[in-house]
Amino acid sequence: MAPSQEEVFEKVKDALVAALGADEDDVTPEATMVGDLGAESIDFLDIVFKLEKAFNIQIPREELFPDDILTSSTYVTDGRVTAEGLAKLKERMPFADLSGFSKNPLVQDFANLLTVNDLCRYVATKLR
Amino acid sequence: MRWFWIDRFVEFTAATRAVAVKCVSLSEPHVVDYVPGLPQLPNSLIVEGLAQTGGLLVSQTTDFRGRVVLAKVGQATFHAPSLPGERLVYTVEIQSLQGEGAVVAGRCEVDGAVRAEVELTFAILDDRFAGVELFEPAAFLRLLRSLHLFHVGRTVAGDPVLVPEHLVAAERASGLIDDRNVSAST
Repeated sequence: MAPSQEEVFEKVKDALVAALGADEDDVTPEATMVGDLGAESIDFLDIVFKLEKAFNIQIPREELFPDDILTSSTYVTDGRVTAEGLAKLKERMPFADLSGFSKNPLVQDFANLLTVNDLCRYVATKLR
Repeated sequence: MRWFWIDRFVEFTAATRAVAVKCVSLSEPHVVDYVPGLPQLPNSLIVEGLAQTGGLLVSQTTDFRGRVVLAKVGQATFHAPSLPGERLVYTVEIQSLQGEGAVVAGRCEVDGAVRAEVELTFAILDDRFAGVELFEPAAFLRLLRSLHLFHVGRTVAGDPVLVPEHLVAAERASGLIDDRNVSAST
């Protein structure tokens, strides 16, 4: 039986507290990984490992970090993700709320998009 | 001062685990100076020893071409000081290995008793660092030989871990060649 949303959140929180040394109270569903919790690029390696272990799942890097899209000249023009690129991102990351990013899709802002809630939703999709 | 914090490998299974030893000696200035009156190896140098053991284990997966650097020390627990005369056994195991880095669990033991447990994250620097050489290849190969890495190194299948050709070539080019050391497996 798949774990409840609360169970998923608690495990994700444990992983983030361990990987980032974050205060438990700061790990809220709305918190962004980079801006609020201070995650740096190398932390994601650790976070992915801890989530894989906690939930016994495999996490292909491109599902959480669509670098191939964000560095593609097909999907990015002048540092902004094109409409086609946004569609590709939505298809790749159905768990992420891209509505805010879509309004001003600067590639440089993408890194700060992912929230704790996005991570929980992503994990939930892997547990179905 | 040389920055070697392990004495030699005693076990090395490619991409999996490695065991190295470090003998603590009263002749080491930092052992004497760290806590006056209570000589011991500073815990930070135990972390460094575990990181060197783990870093070389990760680096070998790239044939020692990858620019592997310690990026993060996660959980670190120390149970007791490590004293002169003790032989520290560092065991590292790769928990996760990706193109951009690795997560490694490290443990320090003395006579079977756990002294320290550390979780390490290594980054393998990407192409933005192309051209940046962390070590001079011929000297690096000498270090690997001194650490007995190729003497004990085995693949998971049990075959010897070979000296990569690019390091052998660098050694030949350096003029530091030692015929005893150029066989394929040592």
